[in-house]
Amino acid sequence: MTAMLNIKDLRAYYGQVQALHGLEFGLNEGSLTTLLGANGAGKTTTLRAICNMVRSTGSIEFDGAALSGRSTENIVRLGIAHVPQGRGTFTTMTVEENLQLGAITRRDRAGIVSDIERMYDHFPVLKQRHTQQAGTLSGGEQQMLAVARALMLRPRLMLLDEPSFGLAPLIVRDLFRILGKINREEKVTILVVEQNAQLALELADKAYVIETGRIVMSGSAAEIASNEDIRKSYLGY
Amino acid sequence: MSAAQEVVTEAPAIDAVPKRAMTLGYGTSLVMLAVLILVPLFVKNFIIFQLTMLLIYGLAVLALNILTGGSGQFSLGQSAFYAVGAYTSAILMETFNVNYALTLPVSGVICFAFGFLFGLPALRLSGIYLALATFALATAMPQLLKLNVFEPWTGGVQGLVVTKPDAPFGLPISQDMWLYYFTLVITIGIYIFSVNLLKSRSGRAFMAIRDNEIAASAMGIDVALYKTLAFGVSAGITGVAGALGAIAVQFVAPDSYTIQLAISLFLGMVVGGVGWLPGSIVGSAFIIFVPNIAEGISKGLSGAVFGVLLFLVIFLVPHGARQVAVLGQQLIGKFRKS
Amino acid sequence: MELFTNQVLAGIATGAIYACMALAIVMIYQAIDHLNFAQGEMAMFSTFIAWQLMQWGVPYWGAFVITVAFSFAAGIIIERLLFKPLAKAPILTNVAGFIALYSIVNSVAGLIWDFTIKQFPTPFGSSPFLGSQLISTHQAGMIGVTLLLLLLLFFFFRFTRMGLAMRAAAALPESARLVGINTSWMIALGWGMAAAIGSIAGMMIAPVVFLEPNMMLGVLIYGFAAAVLGGLTSPFGAVIGGFLVGIFENLTGTYIPGVGNELKLPIALALIVIVLVVKPAGLFGRPIVKRV
Repeated sequence: MTAMLNIKDLRAYYGQVQALHGLEFGLNEGSLTTLLGANGAGKTTTLRAICNMVRSTGSIEFDGAALSGRSTENIVRLGIAHVPQGRGTFTTMTVEENLQLGAITRRDRAGIVSDIERMYDHFPVLKQRHTQQAGTLSGGEQQMLAVARALMLRPRLMLLDEPSFGLAPLIVRDLFRILGKINREEKVTILVVEQNAQLALELADKAYVIETGRIVMSGSAAEIASNEDIRKSYLGY
Repeated sequence: MSAAQEVVTEAPAIDAVPKRAMTLGYGTSLVMLAVLILVPLFVKNFIIFQLTMLLIYGLAVLALNILTGGSGQFSLGQSAFYAVGAYTSAILMETFNVNYALTLPVSGVICFAFGFLFGLPALRLSGIYLALATFALATAMPQLLKLNVFEPWTGGVQGLVVTKPDAPFGLPISQDMWLYYFTLVITIGIYIFSVNLLKSRSGRAFMAIRDNEIAASAMGIDVALYKTLAFGVSAGITGVAGALGAIAVQFVAPDSYTIQLAISLFLGMVVGGVGWLPGSIVGSAFIIFVPNIAEGISKGLSGAVFGVLLFLVIFLVPHGARQVAVLGQQLIGKFRKS
Repeated sequence: MELFTNQVLAGIATGAIYACMALAIVMIYQAIDHLNFAQGEMAMFSTFIAWQLMQWGVPYWGAFVITVAFSFAAGIIIERLLFKPLAKAPILTNVAGFIALYSIVNSVAGLIWDFTIKQFPTPFGSSPFLGSQLISTHQAGMIGVTLLLLLLLFFFFRFTRMGLAMRAAAALPESARLVGINTSWMIALGWGMAAAIGSIAGMMIAPVVFLEPNMMLGVLIYGFAAAVLGGLTSPFGAVIGGFLVGIFENLTGTYIPGVGNELKLPIALALIVIVLVVKPAGLFGRPIVKRV
């Protein structure tokens, strides 16, 4: 099975500072992968590089097509949804408007309406609050909204940047359960960047560990989770 | 939960200029100084007058640089302070026979107070709102100066004629040349003062406020004090410039100090490079000479030509003359290495 | 008391001018997050185009529609050519760009049409409105047009996909890109719409202030003040702000002694500034929560 997303020799820069030093990995279609590492290791940078939100060199291929040179919005239109750090919710708009924005590039009215209903099935709390301003939702609810918004794109690949940040463990469990469901039932390939390694490894099939801008370890989630040395050196537990 | 509010993570509206780059190196400064001292010896009086105005507007742009580039407060009202300085000097000289040199510190102090007081209500405003407030000030000033009730002092719409001073001690140089060197000394003095101000603790406070007001306040900086101080200092320097302007031009009139002047000073700051003090003189040169060049190119379309030239400048060097200087520095650095 | 009510009504009538301009200003602010000083000049230029078309025999409404369409296109072209290259430049540099544009448009208009005053027709006639001495039919028509525009804008932003996309692009450009919105084009569209609205404002205003290249300066300043007073994020606030500014202007002229025409402007501005000091986000603007 050829990889859906193929990254080779990725180097990324913030001004003069180099954040990624030749990153390489691939994602197979339908997989649920987690990218782990400490603060500042380059996890967020990797996701941003995929969406061309940061200056980078190297090769990123999605379904065989090169992503370099495309604008962020065009990359998104290829079917890659990105839930950024901090969620990026449109706080001044209603929950429903946020969902509509997720589908703003689609033309199938009926499909959009039924998808919004599906999102409300996945996340009933959003239905309760659907006319509320998104900024009034709690952190967990906003995270669900961000995921739902990303799903409205009907993406083939979904990138999530630290979805557990600032959320209570119970809520994170709930969220991850739903992510797993979406991956299995709707066949959305998922890449989750996480600092909270334990929960992420429970969710994912595959894991990569990144340190100072390079992949230092890869394997199935189960392998990585059970390897005490790796956990202690790279994941802090 | 309360109604949704717009949450703004304030990005600094004003670019921070790296401290090292805030002034010129010693070599360049000496060259500039030599040029400024020697050139007037070889040119006609009218050119000397223009050079004097170059320095004077340079001071006014410098003042704006301290306010906007230094403390991050956007002002379109500098013409008001310039006018107050000019009129103070004119009234002192013509009505009270005060020596011209003494009118400068008086203008400076009065304008400092005026600016400081204006800075107080301005504390609540920022960005676009402060621009509007300062704009209001600038539009009000010519009208205030025309008011009948002030006419015995201000000369009303016609304004006042100012006597140009002779060179002291009977020195055999023209009035224009004397005034030029007098202005040059004052300009250098104020420039050195400003550079030191921005390097000092107060300067660092200004820049902290410019970059992130909330963080600055959390660090214990008395934001209110420093913001009003910045307004005061900026107004004071502009007032001195205005006073010098009154003496050089030999008259003051309300319509000389309209919003046009404030806008020109703003453009001068942008062209010179916001927050880059040496750029003030480049900006000043732009606002004095380019309109004349534009008129020379096409009398009927002088405004359009000016606009086009301005666009050219900001396309090529969006960060103003500072960008050119930085490029120059880099080139020289490469040159030295090879 | 009667004088007071009369002046208030007259203020509302003149305020319609500022309300119209303020709508265009809020429109651009929604799109690009700052104010374009050249907007008044662009509106003036559009109005001259309409005038010229009518000089060539085009009937009023034909000229009106062509002018609005032309202005929309011109706004987009100006943004793409002159301001897209400045997108990464500092804000103050962009402001210098607005000033440059102002200078160019004003100068070109002066060259083509010179500075003599011209009459600009109104489709509403100028007889007293419902018999009132204070509001003419034109002014009533102006108020009507402004309210209609406001309604259309409200509908556009609230109920259309494009409107939603524009709001998103203005609010959080990065998130907007992440849902696939081309934020750069949203800015161009914002300029186009602002220019179109501005042209309507110009054509409404010209019959009252007479058509000449400097006609918009005072209007623009009052329009800014009105937009800021109403709260820059609220088209509704802009319209209310416009009426309030008209009222302020009239009342200060009537009741404060010694205030001739020249002082009206600074006093009106000063009053607005005072309101802002009390309510920094304007009367109807969303309170801004600043985070570090």
